[in-house]
Amino acid sequence: MKNSLLYQRLLNNMSNISELFLTKIVNGIKKRDFTSEEVTKTFINNSQNSKKLNVYISECFDDALKSAKSFDKKKDYNGLLSGVPIAVKDLFCTKNVKTTAGSKILHNFIPTYESTVTSNLWSKGAFLLGKLNCDEFAMGSSNETSFFGNVVNPYGKQLVPGGSSGGSASALAAELTPATIGTDTGGSIRQPASFTGTVGLKPTYGRCSRWGIVAFASSLDQAGPMTKNVEDCALLLQAMSGYDPKDSTSVDVKVDNYTSKLTENVKGLKIGIPKEYIVDNMPAEIDNLWKQGIDYLKDAGAIIKNISLPHTMYALPAYYIVAPAEASSNLARYDGVKYGHRAKGKNLIEMYENTRSEGFGDEVKRRILIGTYVLSSGYYDAYYLKAQKVRQLIKNDFDKVFSDVDAILTPSTPSSAFKIGDKTDDPVSMYLNDIFTVPVNLSGLPAISVPAGYDENNLPLGLQIIGKAFDEQTILNLSLAIEKRANFKKNFKVWWS
Amino acid sequence: MSIDKDTVKHISKLARISLDEKKIDNLSKDLSSIMKFIEKLNKLSTDKTNPLTSIINASLKSRKDEVRDGKIRSQILKNSPEKNEEFFVVPKVIE
Repeated sequence: MKNSLLYQRLLNNMSNISELFLTKIVNGIKKRDFTSEEVTKTFINNSQNSKKLNVYISECFDDALKSAKSFDKKKDYNGLLSGVPIAVKDLFCTKNVKTTAGSKILHNFIPTYESTVTSNLWSKGAFLLGKLNCDEFAMGSSNETSFFGNVVNPYGKQLVPGGSSGGSASALAAELTPATIGTDTGGSIRQPASFTGTVGLKPTYGRCSRWGIVAFASSLDQAGPMTKNVEDCALLLQAMSGYDPKDSTSVDVKVDNYTSKLTENVKGLKIGIPKEYIVDNMPAEIDNLWKQGIDYLKDAGAIIKNISLPHTMYALPAYYIVAPAEASSNLARYDGVKYGHRAKGKNLIEMYENTRSEGFGDEVKRRILIGTYVLSSGYYDAYYLKAQKVRQLIKNDFDKVFSDVDAILTPSTPSSAFKIGDKTDDPVSMYLNDIFTVPVNLSGLPAISVPAGYDENNLPLGLQIIGKAFDEQTILNLSLAIEKRANFKKNFKVWWS
Repeated sequence: MSIDKDTVKHISKLARISLDEKKIDNLSKDLSSIMKFIEKLNKLSTDKTNPLTSIINASLKSRKDEVRDGKIRSQILKNSPEKNEEFFVVPKVIE
């Protein structure tokens, strides 16, 4: 391999390592084309020059370098992710490393345990590079609600990266980490992936353990991979998935070898195109992208079918009952007693009230209050029970069409990345960002966003593929078919270092 | 339904979040617009539908009722803002 073009190129410019895909880095380390230390130094160097993007909440560069050096000594190349540094969303609890969830109320929280999903990555040979910025408690679609400041999209100084996994998406697109993981409650992996020209997958509910992830809405939250291409996505999904006795809602279904089964041969697969996803004021370029996606899949031999998901318009309103209700309950634990921020108060109640007032930001307060309201005495039936019924209807819609189609193709988002500050004054306009992603969470289904083109301002746009429960393989294969045809390439220059 | 200032005060008390007058004003406006958005659901009849109870058709696994960890008191106390020996410390509750 020492004569390979790759090696020659690397001799010329070590920083090119960071342009490589995760799979290539894993293979490169295995073949001794470069060492884990070289890889790690490259990403640390890129990360240190990225302050303007504001993606890191905690940097673990010294420890990462130590892990890399000890990996290079041990030479154990058997893991799926051997020798690879990975930065993760700061919603995953990491043992002895500060975990904030983007909130002031957890600004000083140092877990004494490791989340199952991150443990899975480390047991496969990866190690932690740092903790990435996100919307506070994953509540947001622009990464502007973080206590640690907003994240900037590498596609432009004025642009949001999407949210809530905005730090993860920006870090990935800007080549500060070879791959990353996020969480998706209503679109928090897929929307930022779409805004940054990267691949993001929300697995089936139960595919990945939620143990050790700071909880937002427990019946909707799911962790997933964020990568630069579909092949990497298959690899990382395989590494992080699996049943966990510590999460009773994780499901004991065999995890496929997504990588070895990955194929762009999607001939004969039936793809549904839901008419309800044509929304008012949708930019023509989103519509065109969708048509383009249909053409790509036709070209790949898939069969296109028009379908109807009649309750789609009710998904967002139902989500904004269910998610805040669960959040208000989950976030009751932040009381200034056991961990996190504590404010002063004349008595216990005042201490609670001041702690929560100081510790939570505006969006989190809004959601806790909405959740408290819809669950409060006399309103439970009118709101929460109603929303759970609507959720059943939305799930029935999907069940019905999936008896006839193998997957569903839609746009990922109703627009490309918007400007910082554009939507912060109007919570509802911010919520509308998730119009195409939320129905999937309400139904527990897997879905992926794959970059497929650019709008007129040269901003990336993604297509979403929704699959049957536990059929991540099919949506990966279809994404690969789109990826090969769209031939998407990043088109920004590094302006931040 | 619009959420007036008294309702904001009531639910913020339930949620144990103290708010000043300006915040109450803003929240009344924001929460009202969110509730207006949510109430689109009223257009949909759900009389014949049962509420969703589980999104994945899998039965929960039961486990043996046995002690699997313990003796982690120092870990549990580690992040406490104020502690005394083996206890969390809070403002005085009983006069």
